[in-house]
Amino acid sequence: MLMTGAQILMECLLEQEVDTVFGFPGGTIMHVYDELLNYPAIHHILTAHEQGACHAADGYARSTGRVGVCFATSGPGATNLVTGIATAYMDSSPVVCISCNVSLSLLGKDSFQEVDITGVTMPITKCNYLVRDVGDLADTVREAFAIARSGRPGPVLIDIPRNVTQDMADYTPLARDGHGKVGRLGQLMKRSSQNFRAAEPDYRDIDILVDMIRAAQRPMVICGGGVVRSRADRELETFANRIDAPVGITVMGAGGFRGLNPLATGLVGMHGSQASNMAVDACDLLIAVGCRFSDRVALRPRSFARNAKVVQIDIDRSEINKNVETDHHIVGDAKRVLALLNERLEQMDHAKWKEYVFSYKTQTEYDEAADHMTPGQVLDAIARIVPNYTIFATDVGQHQMWAIQHLHFEYCGQLVTSGGYGTMGFGLGAAIGAQVGNPEMPVVLITGDGSFRMNLNELSTVQYYGLPIIVVLFNNGTLGMVRQWQTLSCNGRHSQTTLDRGPDFVKLADAYGIKGFRVTDVTELEAALTEAFVARVPAVIDCAIDIDEMVRPMVGGGSHITRFMVD
Amino acid sequence: MNEIKRHTLAVLVDNEAGVLSRVARLFSGKGYNIESLAVGTTHDPAVSRITIEVLTDEKQAGLICSQLRKLICVHSVKRLDAERTIRRELVLIKVSASTHEARNEIVQIASLFHASIIDVSTGSLTIALIGDESQAETIQTLLGEIGIMELVRTGMVALERGQYTIDEQTKEKDEFDYGKNVL
Repeated sequence: MLMTGAQILMECLLEQEVDTVFGFPGGTIMHVYDELLNYPAIHHILTAHEQGACHAADGYARSTGRVGVCFATSGPGATNLVTGIATAYMDSSPVVCISCNVSLSLLGKDSFQEVDITGVTMPITKCNYLVRDVGDLADTVREAFAIARSGRPGPVLIDIPRNVTQDMADYTPLARDGHGKVGRLGQLMKRSSQNFRAAEPDYRDIDILVDMIRAAQRPMVICGGGVVRSRADRELETFANRIDAPVGITVMGAGGFRGLNPLATGLVGMHGSQASNMAVDACDLLIAVGCRFSDRVALRPRSFARNAKVVQIDIDRSEINKNVETDHHIVGDAKRVLALLNERLEQMDHAKWKEYVFSYKTQTEYDEAADHMTPGQVLDAIARIVPNYTIFATDVGQHQMWAIQHLHFEYCGQLVTSGGYGTMGFGLGAAIGAQVGNPEMPVVLITGDGSFRMNLNELSTVQYYGLPIIVVLFNNGTLGMVRQWQTLSCNGRHSQTTLDRGPDFVKLADAYGIKGFRVTDVTELEAALTEAFVARVPAVIDCAIDIDEMVRPMVGGGSHITRFMVD
Repeated sequence: MNEIKRHTLAVLVDNEAGVLSRVARLFSGKGYNIESLAVGTTHDPAVSRITIEVLTDEKQAGLICSQLRKLICVHSVKRLDAERTIRRELVLIKVSASTHEARNEIVQIASLFHASIIDVSTGSLTIALIGDESQAETIQTLLGEIGIMELVRTGMVALERGQYTIDEQTKEKDEFDYGKNVL
């Protein structure tokens, strides 16, 4: 059937079962937006800024496990996506970004709103495309989605020149299971060394690990983001229970291991619990599942798990031995590897080892101050009011660490947070994506005054679409995490981190047509949370906390994992 | 393990626009200077072969290969073992030769290296040499005394001796060959 490029794009999105797109229109992408009017099955969420659209597509992908899609126009529209794409790339989130560029006849001439976005995004995408011929469009879109969601997921960008969206080509519908059999994708699938398929692990490697587990006296497991991406939480729980080993989580791994399981030791690494970090240091076998040992986890790679044989299970071969030298590795999908291990393992008992590990604290206790709420009090109040399956989004900073340390996540995708890239301003867009992707679920955004100010323009999106997101704002009047570092490593000189300025977040919420609350104690907080939750309306709750509250424990960057600067 | 030495990587890639920058970016992104780079098509017109030489240690060379394999445009990657690899590059050198003696000397040096004289003019001679870097460097020193006007090197190309090819199976490569289709 003869169709325009814009029509083909819409048909290809339907092939991928895309029902939601986040985006912002502009000059070069106008034909795509025009065609959108003919496709009511594709629901478009108009954000205030392209960055918000990209974070929303990312939040949608993380919380649903499906591919998130966003649209942007050329030039500034496309570069506004960049932070969002980098965020998705660092956390392996499947997002397909579709940008339009100036027409081919204008390309390369510094035309109005022109940028070489494929060049710009090369280091932060799994792959990107400039579609010069409308005849290649359908194949390219199919390939892009396949790449985004397969193997180790990640963002892919398709840049379509304006004239290609108008040019005509023959389009033949093709169901998704046929995509890998024809065209360029078919060729790529046949070729070796491609990341389109989940690796079937080497059974010899599995058997070696089984022997190592049987020989270990003090096994420890780290649950990384790979467990969440492969939705392997059940397999991991069976595995941990079977080998009777404590399990620590990384920031990205939160939700991959049920927080209330008695084997959970909490976060590992820079802000890791005492139990987690002491266990990593003392264990004789460390099994890291879907974890790349980032500098925030391993801290000092040479002395990380110094008494242990380190085993890494990862879907991405290039992560093996990248940061920490391992003794054994298995390349494969976490879900499959754990299932194979579970088939081979018998019930074990490490009571003495657990007794040692759990003699250390798994959670930080915060001193209760008379005049301010503590972070712990705020988070406890949230946990009391909202159901335990609530989806949490966070921004980046102290509030993020407090939330991950303090809340118990139950399932994969329950926490949407920017781990690897640490993108302040991620939270509100991501919460929008999570809420749109999970309309029946309660969504709470935990944020700080510094992060929230960065992209709070998306409150208009929240209000317009009536998304019942509850924003809990930890307002300490400072960029808390940087202030904490300044206190600890710059002799308490707080350079440019004090936010003794507006806005008044309650008035601001009001201006956006959203109910705002300012709370100073737990009773008021609970009342505000209850009101917003029961009414299923968006709300911004400004919680005053102390400016000098710290994230504890903390190990300095590059230090040994048990050298706590503050505990 | 941590000894810095020259590693030769052979990379088969799609013969398409933008592929070279995708490959080169992986090196610059990690702060490695590419010592030598040569690209050309192969017997399959859809496939180009890139030969890259980089100074680094064993571990980093392995990591670069793993990351190269993740690029969609990359078909295969192999680290070529120095012991069983033939490496060659083409060097063109334009030498000033205004006197009879100078011309004689240049011709003598060229014949010592089995290099050929490919252009002659009243003031200059241009020499083409095929060899490895030690030959290139020696001839450069010798001709430098006479006066090099211009010099260009193609970068190393390399093939393994015997029947070994880039498609040889290894454990590392197996780990990139996937079985189950998830599409």
